[in-house]
Amino acid sequence: MIRRAFLALAAAVLTTVFVGQPSFAEDKFIVVQSTTSTQNSGLFDYLLPIFKEKTGIEVRVVAVGTGQAIKNAANGDGDVLFVHSKPSEEKFVADGLGVSRSDVMYNDFVIVGPADDPAGVAGSEDVVASLKKIAEAKAPFASRGDDSGTHKAERRLWKAAGIDPTEGSGDWYRETGSGMGATLNTGTGMGAYVMTDRATWISFGNKGDYKVAVEGDPILFNQYGVILVNPEVHTHVKADLGQEFIDWVLSKEGQQAIADYKVDGQQLFFPNADKGSS
Amino acid sequence: MDSFWGAFAGAFGLVIALDPDLMEIIGLSMRVTLTAVFLACVIGLPLGAAVGTFNFPGRTLLAVILNALMGLPPVVVGLLVYLVLSASGPLGPLRLLYTPTAMIIAQMVLVTPIVAALTRQVIEDLNREYSEQFASLGVGAFDRLTAMLWDARYSLLTVALAGFGRAVAEVGAVIIVGGNINHVTRVMTTTIALETSKGNLQLALALGVILLMIAFAVNAGVMALRASAARAAYA
Repeated sequence: MIRRAFLALAAAVLTTVFVGQPSFAEDKFIVVQSTTSTQNSGLFDYLLPIFKEKTGIEVRVVAVGTGQAIKNAANGDGDVLFVHSKPSEEKFVADGLGVSRSDVMYNDFVIVGPADDPAGVAGSEDVVASLKKIAEAKAPFASRGDDSGTHKAERRLWKAAGIDPTEGSGDWYRETGSGMGATLNTGTGMGAYVMTDRATWISFGNKGDYKVAVEGDPILFNQYGVILVNPEVHTHVKADLGQEFIDWVLSKEGQQAIADYKVDGQQLFFPNADKGSS
Repeated sequence: MDSFWGAFAGAFGLVIALDPDLMEIIGLSMRVTLTAVFLACVIGLPLGAAVGTFNFPGRTLLAVILNALMGLPPVVVGLLVYLVLSASGPLGPLRLLYTPTAMIIAQMVLVTPIVAALTRQVIEDLNREYSEQFASLGVGAFDRLTAMLWDARYSLLTVALAGFGRAVAEVGAVIIVGGNINHVTRVMTTTIALETSKGNLQLALALGVILLMIAFAVNAGVMALRASAARAAYA
């Protein structure tokens, strides 16, 4: 009797485990290594169903920091790379890991800060001057600190300001070592300035009393690129399907879809595919 | 505290709505975790019982290793499994990365030491009680193990539940090897991590409440089964 009860339990487990499986056999899919900003902003949730409707290709997005996305793609764990750090992307292609790189779209970075604005930078359009003020005031600044595209862009700006913020590391300069959303959660929690891409900021749900402090400086421009992982290096790369996705994203229709995506009535990404490729 | 109580209302609303996406995520969570725990028991129960019963050189060392492995950091396990399953890794050609199977493997690696280490303790204690009787009856090694595993079944059920608790709550490993891909490898814990990073704290907490309710239901179900089995035994 007891044995029977246990057998019933085992049978129940086995049934859920081996029988009730949805089919994962569908092979017409590609893996895209991308960044948290494209996923957290909801862009992919909007774009991919349109693409699937048209081509029947399922796009599986792995959203990590640009640094990790590039490493994963270099290992061959993806068919397409869709990130935002032009120098690293060009190196990826130059190393023979990617076929070619094309501009897709851009958005811009902003620096957000608490309403009381301890460094007095609110309303500024000059990022370099603002960063100097933040460093002088030793006002808390939360950095991604994770080698992501945003982190790389932030480091370029500190360099332009002639400041090594890591001297204040652990004091006013706080490296969270995590994604954009997590860094915003941490930053808003401790009253720190945070540099974020505008798309993530607009769709972020935990803003508190935070506002955009610095915006509109041309050097805050944030370019996204798309690259097909080189099928000659990784033979399993689905070059045809991957290229179809890239062609669509760069096409008039794909570009229009990117422009159409809005959160709270605001356009998050600005398509610029024909502006150049390398 | 609005968001705190709101989370419970939100969790309730999500469950009532039977949102198909949420049901899919819960289903995948259960499939991955139950499979991983089942496989961990298939390996861990006999392994733990053998270490708890037989004397062999290095037995104590093996017991210490099993105990230490209970503290494996999920992120490290995720990284190891990623490196093995990556297209550039030894098992790359199997194309298992970013599939539910990869998540099952990672959780199995995490849970097996827990099952084995706790089983070893349970069986070792039991063996002390039984060993003379076994010896006098001349019971063979295999029969000793199965007899003790059977007699310790209620304790071992709790062992399996400890493994289930670890697996169902785990996010660090499955997010690396699964990739948190929508409709493919997105489970409860990775969804909670994603919603937290989007700043949707209330939704994230509501999902956490649901996860807790599922864990409660699984534990209650197992306990009920155990109670009815015990009643049947004395009937």
